[in-house]
Amino acid sequence: MAITNNKLLDSHYQSNFADIHPAFESKEAALIEANRCLFCYDAPCTKSCPTSINIPKFIKQITTDNVKGSAHTIFESNIMGAGCSRVCPVEKLCEGSCVFNLMDDAPIPIARLQRFSTEKAMEKKWKLFERKPSMGKKVAVVGAGPAGLSCAHVLAREGVDVTIHEKESKGGGLMTYGIAAYKVTPEFCEEEVAYIASVGGIKIKYGQELGVSMTLDELQKNYNAVYLGIGVGVARRLEIPGEELDGVVDAIQFIYDIRTNPYPSIAVGDRVAVIGMGMTAIDAATQAKRLGAKNVTLVYRRTQEEMPCTETELNLAKLDGCVIQWLAAPHEILGEKGKVKQLVCKIMKLGPPDSGGRRSPIETKDKVSIDVDMVIKAAGQIPFEELIKKSGLQNKSGKIIIDKNGATNLKGVFAGGDSVNGGKEVVDAVQAGKEGAVGILNYLKTNF
Amino acid sequence: MADITANFLGIKSPNPFWLASAPPTDKKVNVLRAFEAGWGGVVWKTLGSQVKNVSSRYSAMDYNGTRVMGFNNIELISDRPLDLNLREIAECVKLFPDRAMVVSLMADNTREKWHELIAQVEDTGAHGLELNFGCPHGMTERGMGAAVGQDPEIARMVVGWVMEKARIPVITKLTPNVHSVVPTGRAAVEAGSNALSLINTIQSVTGIDLDTLVPNPNVAGKSVFGGYCGPAVKPIALKMLATLAQDPITSKVPVSGIGGISTWKDAVEFILLGASNVQVCTAVMKNGFRIVEDMCEGLNNWMDDKGFKTLDDFVGRSVPNLTHWEDLDINYHIVARINPDKCVHCGLCYIACEDASHQSIRIEQGKPYNNYTIKEEECVGCNLCKLVCPVENCITMVEQRKGDEYLNWKEFQRRGLPLNDH
Repeated sequence: MAITNNKLLDSHYQSNFADIHPAFESKEAALIEANRCLFCYDAPCTKSCPTSINIPKFIKQITTDNVKGSAHTIFESNIMGAGCSRVCPVEKLCEGSCVFNLMDDAPIPIARLQRFSTEKAMEKKWKLFERKPSMGKKVAVVGAGPAGLSCAHVLAREGVDVTIHEKESKGGGLMTYGIAAYKVTPEFCEEEVAYIASVGGIKIKYGQELGVSMTLDELQKNYNAVYLGIGVGVARRLEIPGEELDGVVDAIQFIYDIRTNPYPSIAVGDRVAVIGMGMTAIDAATQAKRLGAKNVTLVYRRTQEEMPCTETELNLAKLDGCVIQWLAAPHEILGEKGKVKQLVCKIMKLGPPDSGGRRSPIETKDKVSIDVDMVIKAAGQIPFEELIKKSGLQNKSGKIIIDKNGATNLKGVFAGGDSVNGGKEVVDAVQAGKEGAVGILNYLKTNF
Repeated sequence: MADITANFLGIKSPNPFWLASAPPTDKKVNVLRAFEAGWGGVVWKTLGSQVKNVSSRYSAMDYNGTRVMGFNNIELISDRPLDLNLREIAECVKLFPDRAMVVSLMADNTREKWHELIAQVEDTGAHGLELNFGCPHGMTERGMGAAVGQDPEIARMVVGWVMEKARIPVITKLTPNVHSVVPTGRAAVEAGSNALSLINTIQSVTGIDLDTLVPNPNVAGKSVFGGYCGPAVKPIALKMLATLAQDPITSKVPVSGIGGISTWKDAVEFILLGASNVQVCTAVMKNGFRIVEDMCEGLNNWMDDKGFKTLDDFVGRSVPNLTHWEDLDINYHIVARINPDKCVHCGLCYIACEDASHQSIRIEQGKPYNNYTIKEEECVGCNLCKLVCPVENCITMVEQRKGDEYLNWKEFQRRGLPLNDH
């Protein structure tokens, strides 16, 4: 048992990390599905999309050979519509509420159709939005993730001059660094960022970290307004003995490494435990398996009823051969010569529902031990609490507090996305960015 | 098992499904394959004067991903040598003596030419003749085809010439490119035609290529009006057929129904409105001869279910159910009802009624599913919601008579009853 790289042949890496949602191979294939769409009125799919994309309209536009219009319809509501078509958990959003589900029929493959139109737009570099002449106002956006890009695009279209400060060397945020590679490739993310910025009026400065390269104070001085889309940071600590052992890693870091290095260079254990049952936990577990781990066990305190990931994601993990240990909470990690050897969990039972309605796990006397050489922590991420507090931002356990206009307690400083909600989907961050931009535009109008 | 054999003017066929005069019936190899597949008879592609065809010849209308909802052609009558056609007709008749062999004719517009052509065809052993008074393109410019069918007096004259010579039954095929098919139909019957058939194709432009801006089909950058057929024309054909059944003169002769027939159901509808048999073309051009299998089986099963022993049991049975508007019962009133258990909340009924009908559907907003209910007092019973609903039997129309007695418009007016108040 060891954590090693180069576990597989190159060809295996290639097939293991190939796109799991392949695009339609032909226009005809897309049309068959697009023509199935009923063109619902006040459509449930649209109402289930956090960015309210007019889905029946964009699908209808595919059927009328108006793919350009279709792409515009999507991007108008969700400028990351191309990326979202690959990473959205559509089974609990648009596709989950498609009326065909109520007819016991397969829902319209909305994500795949959305990919059809948006991919074409990116491939052809269609210029779908016209930026208004510069109004001479400057806004700093911190973070080139979904929230920041979405906010920047709305502002730039309205004639604001936007500068995005990004600490990494590429844009896209978690889309680029925090999502399974078989959903979106780094190359795609780069193209997507470039396509969004191509509207004009958006300058992206890379390697600029808030609190290191510049302070919030400086940004407030140099710009008319600031939007914080800084996301969340490292994985939550388990706070159990053995957490410092060699072989205990952070899921976010693990996925970041996969996204920024060649697959064969990524070391993975033979027997891996992943703590958590969210989308990131699934992404970590499946990718550990796809990198050559022999056994991967997902460990979760509650049951399938309460799990945060969707059933589709769970099935993905199961099909990859991951084992699920329900009702088990990490208790301690045992090591040998400083290296992980065993994960000991307390067996849990479910108690009454908590304030959020989820049933809370209660410890029992029983334990279960899993022999492992690697433990990946994916039990949620924690906000950049220190940075936020130091900047004087009102917050709740590190999550920035905003009002209905997206404004923080600091004058001219707005925020949105994971840094506010604690970590949700890409599509939620895109919507937050749009709302923040509206708040900023109103602020600019009334204050300058 | 019902008896689906047909007897049209004494021409017998094992089923009422004939292939219409068109490319599928233009040569021996096709016709033999059709007979082997089970077709009851054919109308051999029109013989007549020498023609030359162009390329391309066809175009189509697609709808929401369904190919060839309507079909259009600019092909002329048979461009094969007459001798070859006659020889092959004779061979087909010999090989399949139990199938109907009718030959479509369009001679040059002289009495002698018609007589000559009829004599040649009768020598083949064919069972009947169909006069092509319908072709809407190419031949009309020479005074043939629809040019004959559009003028009752010319049609009367040509049928007269034919009847002087013909010893086998004669069917006159009518063009739909007229305001009513009845005048030419009457003229043909009065001149002695033994039967009528309809419809031929309807003049059309199926579409325009939005890159080249040339209508289709494209012949070296130009196009012409073509003849439209296929499923899209069925409702028009049924209406025209019904007018023949309603007319005291044309209803005296049998009619062979043509126009967008693709399934046994279509065929039954034609027969119910007075056709004694039917002819099929476009459906075969799209899917081949094999479609006749289900046509026979479906017809048989339906007849068994309905208790009809022979085709004659239901020929024209729906004709009396077509009446005049002023004879409709004004007291009959229906309202829509939405079954909440079947509703999938697509909102299609709502938006159709709201934007295009009588604003009779209530919307109750929900996330993500709205609920829809009928405002019965507003509903006029138009059927629109039921027609657009994607779920079978989710919306039903429930009878709520305005009065017990039958009351038509004439009587309504005579009594001075109040008009609608909205």
